[in-house]
Amino acid sequence: MPLQQAKPPLPSDDKRWKLVNATMRRYGYADHALIETLHSVQDAFGFLDETALRFVAGSLDLPLSKVFGVATFYHIFMLKPKGRHACVVCTGTACYIKGAGALLDGIHTRYDINPGDTTDDDRLSLLTARCVGACGLAPAVVLNGDVLGKQTAETLTTRLEALD
Amino acid sequence: MHPEDLAEKAAQFRAEDAAIKREVRVCMAASCQSSGAAPVLEALTQLCGDGGGTCRVKGVGCMGLCSAGPLVAVADKDCDLADSVLYRDVMPTDAPDIMRSVCGAPVERLRCPTDQPFFARQQRIVLENCGIIDPDSFKSYVAVGGYAALVKALSEMTPAEVLREVTTSGLRGRGGGGYPTGLKWSTVAKTPGAQKYVICNADEGDPGAFMDRAVLESDPHRVLEGMAIAGYAIGANKAYVYVRAEYPLAVERLQTALRKARGAGFLGNRVADTQFSFEVEIRLGAGAFVCGEETALMASIEGLRGQPRPRPPYPAESGLWGCPTLINNVESFANIAPIIRNGGDWFAGIGTEKSKGTKVFALAGKIQNTGLIEVPMGTSLRDIIEVIGGGIPDGKTFKAVQTGGPSGGCIPEQHLDIGVDYDSLKTLGTIMGSGGMIVMDDTSCMVDVARYFMEFCMTESCGKCIPCRAGTQQMHGLLDKIANGQGTAADLALLEELCEVVQATSLCGLGQTAPNPVLSTLRYFRDEYEAKLADG
Repeated sequence: MPLQQAKPPLPSDDKRWKLVNATMRRYGYADHALIETLHSVQDAFGFLDETALRFVAGSLDLPLSKVFGVATFYHIFMLKPKGRHACVVCTGTACYIKGAGALLDGIHTRYDINPGDTTDDDRLSLLTARCVGACGLAPAVVLNGDVLGKQTAETLTTRLEALD
Repeated sequence: MHPEDLAEKAAQFRAEDAAIKREVRVCMAASCQSSGAAPVLEALTQLCGDGGGTCRVKGVGCMGLCSAGPLVAVADKDCDLADSVLYRDVMPTDAPDIMRSVCGAPVERLRCPTDQPFFARQQRIVLENCGIIDPDSFKSYVAVGGYAALVKALSEMTPAEVLREVTTSGLRGRGGGGYPTGLKWSTVAKTPGAQKYVICNADEGDPGAFMDRAVLESDPHRVLEGMAIAGYAIGANKAYVYVRAEYPLAVERLQTALRKARGAGFLGNRVADTQFSFEVEIRLGAGAFVCGEETALMASIEGLRGQPRPRPPYPAESGLWGCPTLINNVESFANIAPIIRNGGDWFAGIGTEKSKGTKVFALAGKIQNTGLIEVPMGTSLRDIIEVIGGGIPDGKTFKAVQTGGPSGGCIPEQHLDIGVDYDSLKTLGTIMGSGGMIVMDDTSCMVDVARYFMEFCMTESCGKCIPCRAGTQQMHGLLDKIANGQGTAADLALLEELCEVVQATSLCGLGQTAPNPVLSTLRYFRDEYEAKLADG
């Protein structure tokens, strides 16, 4: 019977850590709960920072290297904070054929950012996705969680300009 | 529970709605929601009120014609999609007109004919409830005969009889490989082991494919029922659904379905009051295409990086945590309930000699009717694209159709008359894949398309084996060079050689099939490559 390691204390009294802890508890702090736990950290905080990775590694009794390995392997996990608005351009096949490239070029021309970048004023992050499944509405964009279909570079930049 | 008890329950659920004569169904699947279905549903619900007790407004799953969303169907209760009055591009301001049409003449300006080939030429088995029942309602699934197959299997059939029925049906894996489902199930059933697992692969990663998403969003109980029948047949009591995190609506509906099925005793301990127990858990993917590969998927469920491992041993012998594991795709599981209900012979009567049943395809790209269709195996590509899909818009001409995603290939005009099944597509240098079909017109450059897919495989390569990790990178570099007009004949020759090497030596399906888009475009559109060569 391996010795039960003491669980590390919560990194701060931020209430969101309790959500993360609840996820780990639900899986009995088993190591296979790692991905589910990282999902819950990202849902709560928006991204994964070093504090979070260390806390999760300690709680699940996993080496930090393994936690870091998993966090960087999967595209969905972000290690940097996002801007106030997130614009995800779908680059699935249907969207590509119907002009997703022009959407990215339009954003690049206007804001000088590439996929993965955030504007200097932290206003907008540009991301890409491998098919959001809205192929019937190609080319599609997910802006702050809402899917916008049948976009052109003009309609999209107008939408982005209108954000605060 | 006996089949009669369930039938009684279904009759009771139907009786609760006996007074309802007409229904207004609003598509609430992801695509129509993106075009603004939620405010339409709200406006209609408000106007309808209690509907005088004879009419109701309800949210349903995908009706198929995604490009015309939001879609609203007005129909008699129990009436299917083809017999309803369908409205397209509906706005909340159209709600009063639609409500008036419930008992009157249809609103012609919004009408979308349902006698057009897009609807009339389909044969819906997997999608039979999509767009008709409320996916969040357990009662509505039971009322249309849901869980009858599970109860029949548990009370009237032995596991061996279930296996025989599935084998007789000739069903082949709908995830793309086309491995006979009955054989896979029998192998897991025969493998000794105290603990066995069932996994539903809902990590629909092929860009341009949204069949599984539509099924999960429109009829989630059907998938759970198929999984439970599989668990009974192979002797597993624990299952996972591995679903993409990019499909939040599908995850939400699946969670609701799980909770309700558990509450009603169709999952969990003592399923339907029998000795059989079956627990299902949802696991979220995290955006890695390679996790669609079965061994990588299992690694991901175990909380590891999604990297494949060599096979054999196959998951049937040593899968999740080393236990015998059955992995099938969403659409495969969705076919199980009708097979048990109607018998394997019935299913085997549909389709072609070696590919039985129907297949759901997602039509996208440069095609008039983008959306979801289900047709018998063996339907010709020309029928699918020109008749059902309505052909190419904007007066352009057809150039190629891409099937099988990044693992598939492009089919040119001269082969459109071939009937679609697993084997015919293979002879054309592509694969069935999970069912995405992307149509391209004469404005698409095939070298560019090949480069796009190679870029996809390059970034999605997990990095475990060298041929895939380095090969996709090199092939992408060569394609980029050729596409930019700087390539030479020697580059093209090297590209072809690399294709063979990567195909022959990669560890998993991702690498083995990564050259397919290049090879198939070279086979049919070699002149486009040659026209771009600097020394050509």
